[in-house]
Amino acid sequence: MDAIIKGPVVSLGEDINTDDIIPARHLTTADPEELAAHLFEDMAEKMAVPNGAVIVAGANFGSGSSREHAPLALKGAGVRAVLAESLARIFVRNCINIGLLALEAPGISVIKGGEVELDLDKGRIRSENGIEISVPAVPPFIGQIIDAGGLIPWIRTGGLD
Amino acid sequence: MKAKTIAQKILTAKSGQEDLEPGQFITAKVDLVMANDITVPPAVGPFEATGKQKVFDPAKVVIMPDHFAPNKDVASATQCRITRKFAQDYKTVYYEVGRMGIAHVVLPEDGFLAPGMLVLGADSHTCTYGALNVMGMGVGSTDAAAAMATGKTWLKVPETIRVELTGRLSGWAAAKDVILTLIGRIGTDGARYKVLEFGGPGLASLGLEGRLTMANMATEAGAKAGLFEADQATLEFCRQAGAPVGTPFAPDRGAEYCRVVELDLSAVRPVVACPHSPANTVEVPELAGRRMDQVVIGSCTNGRLSDLAVAAEILKDRQVSKDQRTVVIPGSQKVWLAAMKAGYFEIFVNAGAAVSTPTCGPCLGGYMGILAQGESCLSTTNRNFRGRMGHAESMVYLASPATAAATAVKGTVCGPEDL
Repeated sequence: MDAIIKGPVVSLGEDINTDDIIPARHLTTADPEELAAHLFEDMAEKMAVPNGAVIVAGANFGSGSSREHAPLALKGAGVRAVLAESLARIFVRNCINIGLLALEAPGISVIKGGEVELDLDKGRIRSENGIEISVPAVPPFIGQIIDAGGLIPWIRTGGLD
Repeated sequence: MKAKTIAQKILTAKSGQEDLEPGQFITAKVDLVMANDITVPPAVGPFEATGKQKVFDPAKVVIMPDHFAPNKDVASATQCRITRKFAQDYKTVYYEVGRMGIAHVVLPEDGFLAPGMLVLGADSHTCTYGALNVMGMGVGSTDAAAAMATGKTWLKVPETIRVELTGRLSGWAAAKDVILTLIGRIGTDGARYKVLEFGGPGLASLGLEGRLTMANMATEAGAKAGLFEADQATLEFCRQAGAPVGTPFAPDRGAEYCRVVELDLSAVRPVVACPHSPANTVEVPELAGRRMDQVVIGSCTNGRLSDLAVAAEILKDRQVSKDQRTVVIPGSQKVWLAAMKAGYFEIFVNAGAAVSTPTCGPCLGGYMGILAQGESCLSTTNRNFRGRMGHAESMVYLASPATAAATAVKGTVCGPEDL
């Protein structure tokens, strides 16, 4: 895990579900770049996701389907991290397993734009205009999986044995 | 030893660790892994990357092409081919078109599930199996690949919300109305990362198919699982399905719950979840007069024989409203045959409804009933997210088979008593 992650904010509301992230009609591929072309396609408010972006969202981000295509699409678009008030269960597992950083950071949704910097060692998020939000530490168990590079590399080092 | 919930008992049995605390991370053995034609293709690479030459137990890996099968287009045909080849290469259980049905209808009826099991499915509605006292959990493709390779998974021990059922359903109110009412009350993240545990004096009055409908939608409240206590009816259902003998787990007196929700079944009224959230529930009369372009009766939520029986009872000697499409999708070949023998298809076809082969189809906007811009559908499925069944500017309303069949006849939202 990089200790410091920095990128432009893409701000989203509450209850963004996996059909919002990647509509099911595009689940006929699992290629991250092809999926990225349809990221957030059906959402009422159209938004650009620049390479290296940090998603900042409200509560229950990623609810709905088990489709790993949702974090794959985000990864394919070059998203560096997902920070949300809260994260849906299967979505956060999928992120951990494929090595996409996704963290719950209560209070984060006050950051609406600009650049954001996440300092994992200090457990702190700072926005361009000086808003600071603290991030609960990543549990050591999850940290092991992320540090290994995802679930499969972790298994290869004997993770589930 | 501390008093335990059902989930704590199952996880204790599968992890070999006593006194599990909510929030604790564990590894546990799984009894079965399921994946489908959408979730297998992204699992192949991760599975091969584990370096394992075979799955942990071919009889305990079930591959079900149910989402876009029978193949809806060239891209889905390609994915189904990848899925089929994976099943052949690793000699897993596989259901080809002609035998396949919706996984969450087929696995309970074909005896794969017994009380006390821990099951991972690469499909969010794997929580359906909780109706049988099975801890079924939805996961993604990499999780499924890892479990197929090792027979194990990692888990965070969840807190449990106890749903205490009292009374019994009356009138046309059905299990679907109970679960929609509950989601309306606690919200789409009301059980996020928690287990919903159902029990209480009202349980016995709910049939097993109704319990499957309720457990199915636990995920719509964000839950990890929706676990029902087992009773004689559960054991009989599993025995008739040919399942191995299970180990039913009941919660201990004094088990710790993070919340207790009392749900009086006799007070539940037929409801509809309006766009675009399953928690956006209103009672049926509040939508009186709202026109629907389409009605869908089917899915892993309501594609079982008792669901089709209710629809047939209402559609008998009646006609689907002019200018409206009604699509009936039995959830499995067993349901299909039983419905045919019971004469339901004659009723549906005479009423002007289409009857499909089993598939998830329109539920996730695949095919077999896609909505155009501005169209509305009342559906017995489980999600009404924006764009879920077609165009981003189409509307999905969720309801029971009784409300769906009545709405098909009238053309506008209503219950059977309004016909």
